[in-house]
Amino acid sequence: MDEGPGGLRGSPPGPFPVRIAAHEEGDRVAELELRGITKRFPGVLANDQIDISVAKGEIHALMGENGAGKSTLMSILYGLYQPDAGEIWLRGERRRFSSPIEAIDAGLGMVFQAFKLFPSLTVAENVIYREEVTRRGLLDHREANRRVTEIADRYGLAVDPTARVERVPVGVLQRVEILKALYRDAQVLILDEPTAVLTPQEAERLFTILRALADDGRTIIFITHKLKEVMAISDRVTILRDGRAVASLTTRETTAAEITRHMTGRDVELRAWPVTRPAGAPVLTCEGLSATGDDGRVVLDSVDLTVRAGEIVGIAGVAGNGQTELAEVIAGLRTAAGGVVTIAGTEVSRAGVAARRKAGLAYIPEDRHGVGTAPTADATDNLSLGHHRSGPLVRRGVLQRGQMVERARELIARFQIKIAGPGTMVGTLSGGNLQKIVVAREMAYHAPLLIAEQPTRGVDIGAIEFVHQQIAQYRDGGGAVLLISAELSEILNLAQRILVMFEGRVVAELDAATATESELGLFMAGGGTGISAVTTVDGTESEHAR
Amino acid sequence: MFSVELLDSALFASVFRALIPILLAAIGGLICERAGVFNIGLEGLMLSGAFAAVAGSYFSGSAYAGVLSGVVAGVAVSSVLAYGAVTRKGDPIVLAVALNLFAVGITAFLLVAVWDVRGVFQDPRIVGLKTMPIPALSQLPWLGSVLFNLTLVGYVALLVVPVVQLVLFRTAVGLRLRGVGERPLAASSLGVQPGRYQYGAILASGALCGLAGAQLSLGNVVQFAENMTSGRGWIAVVAVMLARAHPVGVLGAALLFGFAEAIGFRLQGNGLPSQLTDAAPYVVTLVALVVARRQFARASTSVAT
Repeated sequence: MDEGPGGLRGSPPGPFPVRIAAHEEGDRVAELELRGITKRFPGVLANDQIDISVAKGEIHALMGENGAGKSTLMSILYGLYQPDAGEIWLRGERRRFSSPIEAIDAGLGMVFQAFKLFPSLTVAENVIYREEVTRRGLLDHREANRRVTEIADRYGLAVDPTARVERVPVGVLQRVEILKALYRDAQVLILDEPTAVLTPQEAERLFTILRALADDGRTIIFITHKLKEVMAISDRVTILRDGRAVASLTTRETTAAEITRHMTGRDVELRAWPVTRPAGAPVLTCEGLSATGDDGRVVLDSVDLTVRAGEIVGIAGVAGNGQTELAEVIAGLRTAAGGVVTIAGTEVSRAGVAARRKAGLAYIPEDRHGVGTAPTADATDNLSLGHHRSGPLVRRGVLQRGQMVERARELIARFQIKIAGPGTMVGTLSGGNLQKIVVAREMAYHAPLLIAEQPTRGVDIGAIEFVHQQIAQYRDGGGAVLLISAELSEILNLAQRILVMFEGRVVAELDAATATESELGLFMAGGGTGISAVTTVDGTESEHAR
Repeated sequence: MFSVELLDSALFASVFRALIPILLAAIGGLICERAGVFNIGLEGLMLSGAFAAVAGSYFSGSAYAGVLSGVVAGVAVSSVLAYGAVTRKGDPIVLAVALNLFAVGITAFLLVAVWDVRGVFQDPRIVGLKTMPIPALSQLPWLGSVLFNLTLVGYVALLVVPVVQLVLFRTAVGLRLRGVGERPLAASSLGVQPGRYQYGAILASGALCGLAGAQLSLGNVVQFAENMTSGRGWIAVVAVMLARAHPVGVLGAALLFGFAEAIGFRLQGNGLPSQLTDAAPYVVTLVALVVARRQFARASTSVAT
């Protein structure tokens, strides 16, 4: 829009304002520039002299492992933290943001990973919040709806402004967040791992939207773990490692391997873990498993599945299609409305958690902060949980502290958990290390059945590889694994069979050796299932729930 | 045994007497609920208001000065809750329980300290609130003589319902308040400070409970008795839950409790033991809570975060 005559070099023809390729920016003012940003937390240098420059109309990917400093950096940019040193320059002007609202007023918009929306309010109300449209002191809902629709139509963000947010699917919630930013006229849009909650098809759609926004002269900063996305959508990529910006690359001049090397400081490629032996006898069987959610709706609808010894069965699906409830029902955390669960030959359909664990269950839950660990307890206690019922850790009903500490030390060493010592509170650990605590404890059961729910969510590449290796070894030792993951590559790399869940049902079973991501994505979105699957969740609970 | 005469206009008059304090306090509780503060201090706030209203009226000789001091007392006591729960981030439940106990103690103590009276304080120098019949309308048969023959506080109570409804659902302030109550982090990410709205809500509930107390001690009767709110603040808490924090629903719930109290009173006149009839509102409360619990279980939808 405000390009000088020099900015038009090599620009593609088209109706939209010109996108400026990153390497051409040298002679012009960057839309956004971070100079020497440094932020120190007690004991950690989260950001160390970070320089990033983003041109107007550019899609800039920000990559890095967990703890590399991405979130801190974006929090500084958005006014949530103050940097200890360094400067933020926006369109050639030095800015200081002491609160998000100042950042918003300066034309920054942030789409957080955890959406910050009001469930009981409508889409339009969420968008206009604090920037309300009023007439004679009263809210003008019609005008608000009109404005929201206008912005939405302009960028292909299909939403119904009058829908209540609590009734809107996750993919649409993200569009609402983007709308919020655009309504406030954000020129720089920051998205924090936006595709984590989307199907591949929804992600494609998001990319189209982002591209349209960039073509319109808006600047996008896109935080992601996924290399494929960086390659597909970004113009440039900056890689953070250990709080430093280790590289800023033009995407089409680099390769995935080069980016990975910058991220980890070594060559890591997530690899597949093929089976070496055929699967054995069934360890977990579920027949006609049904359950209702907290709100009384059917969330599991007659699910049948079997997991055999020496086999990993992957459950794919968009978050919220019954995967969590399936794990909870098998683990005994949620009461089934009907159906039979058998673990290692013992029928446990009505049994409590302890009985199921005794029958042979180990469980890595999705929520490692709330369910997987006691964050305010130390590593010793967390690693001993559940192991306190019998064995060396307890004698005549009294816990053997010495034994517990000894064992904790051993597990910490074996699983390479980065922690000061067994007496350290686990709530202070990074995501990857906290997850290793859970994995170490659950693996230590040597149970016949392992349910691994999102075992690597939010964990850095090094830790992902480690966890994958552990799970594969578990299988190769004859364990049966039910792997529930939103990460398709994880399922494809580890599982032998893949079940796809949609609206509480298993809608497809695929052989992992031949399945593709797009095939899975289609089933995940409810496609390819014929007619009825879509209608099951709503009214017909009694019919299925027995 | 319920004869038809049970439902005469005298009964409706006593329904409204019972209803107005509960309604005012419940609207206060509703505003807090909408702002994300579960305020169970309504009882203590109301009791403080009732005492201050009597004291104000006694010393100034004016019922309205009494009402004003009731409101001031309600706001003052609620500011302690606001400071503790919002500024100091304390648990509002614990604070409110302490506040309720404090209100019972301090009012009983002041009764002795100021007037050297235990139990009930009655005095001709306490000026009560007069009913203000609205010409013509109050001549209407049946409900007219009830609905248009209230004290000033009574009219305020009935006006508060539509006003709060309008503010909550049709104004920017209401939208922000509801947002704050539902997702304070989301609100603050857009530059709305949840603390401010919560302060406002708690102080507003203090003012409304002060009014409720004034109606109780200067309107319904003209006296102060130790612990004279006798659970009305708790019933107001239940009314908020039952109505799921909707103003019109709160009016309905308050009506229900008003009826229960009035009918209990009437049955006592019909010879039932007072211990039994006094329990009527609380029985209704219990039943309502059980019903409300089921509603809540159903209402708690899985919310995408």
